[in-house]
Amino acid sequence: MQDTDIKFLEDSFKKYYFEHFDLIHVPERTSEREFGFQKFNSGMTRHIQIKDDKELHLLFMQNVPSDVYCSNAYYSFPNLPMNEKDWKEADLIFDIDAKDLNLTCRANHTVSICYECNEISKDSNQCRKCNSTKLEKKSLPCKNCIDQSKIQVERLSEILTNDFAIDKENIHVYFSGNEGFHVYVYNSQFQEIGSRERSELTDYISLRGAIPETFGMRKFKQDRAAFPDFNEKGWKGRFSKYVFGSKSKRSKIITELLANGYSSFQKTLDDVSKNIGVKIDPNVTMDIHRIFRLPGSINSKSGLTKILCTDLTKFDPYSEASFLSDETIEVLANSPIEFKLKNKKFGPYNNEKVTVPTFVAVYMICKKLAKTA
Amino acid sequence: MIALGQDEIAKYPFLADAGQYLKDQGFSLEQFGTDPDLKQLIQKAYDRILVAADGKIYKSDLIGDHVSKEAALPREVFSFLLAIVLLKLCGMHTLIKRFALAEARRAEKYLERDLSNISDESKKELAIRVIDDLFSVQIEKQDDYFVIPVSDYLKHSINFHEREWKLINRHVENGLVFLTPHETVRLIRKELGTYINSKIINAKTPTMIPGFEDSVNKLSMLSKKFATFTVTTGEYPPCIKHAIDVLEKGENLPHSGRFMLATFLLSKGQTVQQIAPLFKNAPDYNPRVTLYQLNHLAGTSGSGTQYSCPSCEKLKTQSLCFATSECDNIINPLQFGKKRK
Ligand code: SF4
Ligand SMILES: [Zn+2]
Ligand SMILES: [Zn+2]
Repeated sequence: MQDTDIKFLEDSFKKYYFEHFDLIHVPERTSEREFGFQKFNSGMTRHIQIKDDKELHLLFMQNVPSDVYCSNAYYSFPNLPMNEKDWKEADLIFDIDAKDLNLTCRANHTVSICYECNEISKDSNQCRKCNSTKLEKKSLPCKNCIDQSKIQVERLSEILTNDFAIDKENIHVYFSGNEGFHVYVYNSQFQEIGSRERSELTDYISLRGAIPETFGMRKFKQDRAAFPDFNEKGWKGRFSKYVFGSKSKRSKIITELLANGYSSFQKTLDDVSKNIGVKIDPNVTMDIHRIFRLPGSINSKSGLTKILCTDLTKFDPYSEASFLSDETIEVLANSPIEFKLKNKKFGPYNNEKVTVPTFVAVYMICKKLAKTA
Repeated sequence: MIALGQDEIAKYPFLADAGQYLKDQGFSLEQFGTDPDLKQLIQKAYDRILVAADGKIYKSDLIGDHVSKEAALPREVFSFLLAIVLLKLCGMHTLIKRFALAEARRAEKYLERDLSNISDESKKELAIRVIDDLFSVQIEKQDDYFVIPVSDYLKHSINFHEREWKLINRHVENGLVFLTPHETVRLIRKELGTYINSKIINAKTPTMIPGFEDSVNKLSMLSKKFATFTVTTGEYPPCIKHAIDVLEKGENLPHSGRFMLATFLLSKGQTVQQIAPLFKNAPDYNPRVTLYQLNHLAGTSGSGTQYSCPSCEKLKTQSLCFATSECDNIINPLQFGKKRK
């Protein structure tokens, strides 16, 4: 990124942090958490301890970070090196990202940027100019990406509240600032469990590792009565609704399942898991020492804010998470794909000078699809 | 600690304070070595160890929940306490381990029976309290099941390899896991064994008591039989070889693969400094991150938990297993190439 771009991004971010500090959620038990930040074109500074709002504010003003992070873990000494921090507990965190959902729309809004010659083109595996295969992919997520991610978030919340008895007030959903959601669970019975236990939880949530017996299918001594009922709690009920469809079809389908046999049932399970298992990134939930983007801070991959979604169904990140100014600026834009921000369409731009609002310019520069002119 | 009746002490003798119990009954250890009537109990204690060493469960004089004769009750407890004295005097850890395990299995049977007792609420209560006190697992009765919080379930079940113990294969509702009495007790088996074992290890070792020598000597002889010899071929299992190959070719090994490799080598006694260079060909190699992650796995940083090598089962689901006939039904790559002679 060229210096003028960095300067422009820094100025825009600085203005945001100055005007919207109220959006930055200082997490509870602030002084027990580890903070970290990155500046444009430089490495990560972490192991920072912060007392309160004031200190956090100061950090933003003094450093003009590109990204700010905060741990979900609580430590006795968050500012010490990792092995001396003394881990106490950690909030449960789930990451749902559109890029993990294998959506077909993805190819339509992904651009490839050649590492060799900087040529920008629609999604491909080879640079059309120099044939290099070293390409960086940037996605400009669409409404479908967001809608599909929301469905996953809703499924996750349903499991958390019903199966794990977590209070709705303790589940906070944040738009990640790019193409997904971060779901935080506070004050649950899971605060103190370690990494392997958390991995088991993710297997449960994504319906991974189930054996046929769990859903009524036995190798020997088959028994129709063992199959789950339509209104059972937990995965049994969800399984019924998905596989049987309706109460009236249950009996007929059980007959089919029994006829197809045990190993075919395992395949049915894989299919069920693919379709109704929640698609969360297990590595994120397992990692009890990670630092996560701070709510209210800007994601430098997009210039959008990681923001709390109070009404998920209505939430539109491309209008509600864009807080940068409307002041216009001229940029050299090269975006083969059109995109929508604040309910307005932009692009496609073919290596042309255009005058756009700051929030659009930042979006494109962050995605490497524009330069300040 | 829970106040126990005679019956309970006979079923769960490890809950009793040994020295106090003897005193309350009006005996000293020395008397058992000299008094001909009491001396039989040393033989009984010796037999109890012998049965355990053989991998069997000592059959007590308890019939159902009660003892046939009043006198048999203290005998049950004495033989347990004396067994501990003998084991301490002999000092062989392999015997202690086997004994603790067998006694845990024995107690398990009683706990299970007490938990499923429908006619006597107090028995059930006691079993629930024993579990709560010793293992901090709060169980509650709900219809025909016992329920425990999911987080407690996970802490205990995490080391089980059988797939039916995976949370997804359990009935989960309202933050609770539903278990039968059998499963409830099975869940804390390891802790029960560990508890009895540590109780014995931490007990004071008395000086030799006249009249105990014979049995102690016989135990020392016996323990030799159980010393196990293992030979290690030094060969790495196929999954590990494959992972090393991938890294050496400079290809990308998924996080789970690195986790497997690192935990495996750490368990084999390699140091973080020895392991780190293996990852230097990886496309995203960063020496500081690698060291930090390895230290984390080794338990020298972070929460201090040392991570263990995943089971073959787990590795299969992660497509990291490349089993050959030499894997021979082992359940963890760490067992590869270790054959009992
Ligand atoms: S069986 Fe175990 S040791 Fe052998 S390849 Fe599979 S995981 Fe590795
Ligand atoms: Zn090129
Ligand atoms: Zn899309």
